[in-house]
Amino acid sequence: MDITGSTTGQLLDAMQNGTVSAVEVTQAYLNEISAHGETVGAFLSVDSEGSLTQAAEVDRKRSSGESLGKLAGLPVAVKDNICTKGLATTCASRMLENFVPPYDAHVTTQLQNADAIIIGKANLDEFAMGSSTENSALQVTRNPWNIDHAPGGSSGGSAAAVGARLASMGIGSDTGGSIRQPASFCGVVGMKPTYGRVSRYGLVAFASSLDQIGPFATDVTGTARLLESIAGYDVRDSTSVDRPVPGYSATVEQPLENLRVGVVSEFFGEGIDSDVDASIRAAIDVYRSLGAEVSEVSLPHTRYAVATYYLIACSEASSNLARYDGVHYGRRAEQFENMIDMYAASRAEGFGAEVKRRIMLGVFALSEGYSDQYYLKGLKVRRLIRNDFDAAFENVDVLAGPTCPTPAFKIGELVDDPLQMYLSDICTISANLAGIPGVSVPAGFSSNGLPIGLQLLAGPFEEEKLLRAARMFERETVWHTKRPSFS
Amino acid sequence: MLSPEDVQKVATLARLKLSEEELEQIGHQLGEILDYVAVLDEVDVSEVEPMAHVADVFNAFRADETRVSLPREESLSNAPKTDGKYFLVPQILENA
Repeated sequence: MDITGSTTGQLLDAMQNGTVSAVEVTQAYLNEISAHGETVGAFLSVDSEGSLTQAAEVDRKRSSGESLGKLAGLPVAVKDNICTKGLATTCASRMLENFVPPYDAHVTTQLQNADAIIIGKANLDEFAMGSSTENSALQVTRNPWNIDHAPGGSSGGSAAAVGARLASMGIGSDTGGSIRQPASFCGVVGMKPTYGRVSRYGLVAFASSLDQIGPFATDVTGTARLLESIAGYDVRDSTSVDRPVPGYSATVEQPLENLRVGVVSEFFGEGIDSDVDASIRAAIDVYRSLGAEVSEVSLPHTRYAVATYYLIACSEASSNLARYDGVHYGRRAEQFENMIDMYAASRAEGFGAEVKRRIMLGVFALSEGYSDQYYLKGLKVRRLIRNDFDAAFENVDVLAGPTCPTPAFKIGELVDDPLQMYLSDICTISANLAGIPGVSVPAGFSSNGLPIGLQLLAGPFEEEKLLRAARMFERETVWHTKRPSFS
Repeated sequence: MLSPEDVQKVATLARLKLSEEELEQIGHQLGEILDYVAVLDEVDVSEVEPMAHVADVFNAFRADETRVSLPREESLSNAPKTDGKYFLVPQILENA
């Protein structure tokens, strides 16, 4: 059996009927990590021993007839800003290079309850701030489809691990596109759930009103299975929402009747790559061929989304990252003059350039005399962006467009131009401001062989509809079955 | 455009000890980003309520019950400097 070439469903079936054991599955992925891990650079740490122990426990439970979780024996790559008790959680920052959490994130516990195997911790842009994973202070991650290109970000390690088949599934976090954009770049499915659908307890905070944890898999069904295992109310996150979690994987195969698809005109604007444009228009034709009613939809405030996002996200980040003071945990400078200087020196040593830039922008946007002009203005435009979506969803079920205007850019291409890098998030960012769910599904390749992602968006808590709509497209296409040639 | 003094003031508020070079570079980049953000001046928000949060969130009450908290040893396990009982910081009071 080609273990690492299998979907989550195929692996679960094979383990269930005894074709392979959980230990064999985990070992197969560990072997792939040994062979290609260094090339891709997806993992900051690999827990070989722990994952084999967990897998052996799954096999033991199965042989003794004990009940097993929904993800039993599936290796998962967890973004390294999600706390794992006893396993380093670095946020890819010098600040937290040696931080070992004394507790598990809610999502970590959910994965363990589902009997998933946490195989390693995945690289990211430092504190999830970035769109290419190049802001990691610890390691370079490469796109498995072309190692000269970036995997996207900030969850680039999780996306690259799944794309390169170094893990069966991945967990990321999405503040402005940080799951969907790398999913698009690495040719996998990635989903940002509705704000509040998944508990953020134990996720290292970047922008608290925008951050949301979500799943990666090689197909929509695997994504549905992982989401239903991590979603749900948690008393420790007061913004998690107390409503039942539908069995997404049970309904994902059911096509939606009378589906209305809205094509977002603004997502096909200036700067869209011609291959992306052609692939996404072809994807929309797939929906037409399935009988969906397709219409053009306008989200008129889209052109303000990036500016609004950076004001709000950086303001929240400047507050959240104030906790890194070199006192309770994290880096402390060796040389300083007094207490205040200890804070400032520790933070200067611990944070990389992008994190400093965003803290500075946030502190400025919140500062006396400027907060009305910047932060408050951002909050008002945010409401107008949400209103655009509310109006659109009165007439359509899902919105469609590219996940990113271009395929994966080259490593180093945008690193000195923060504003251009920010603009690569133009199609994903408004979903975070509005709090709605979105998914990126493989939808083709550029002329130079890089994956292209179709983004679908739906109204709040419409994940079930979104996944079913995504699966309708996936069933008609072969893009999700393609694998990078090095593996 | 931000003056070098403005940039230094923001760095002080942010508790970031930046080099001259960093101050100049970040100042320049902040200027560019603020120029870009000025696009929001086009939007009339005079009748719009700010939206700090997407969900209608209410105060999340819970029962006031004693629960087990993190043991001291674990709480201190990541401390940059500790004596095993406390987080140690530089002296902040004169003649203490």
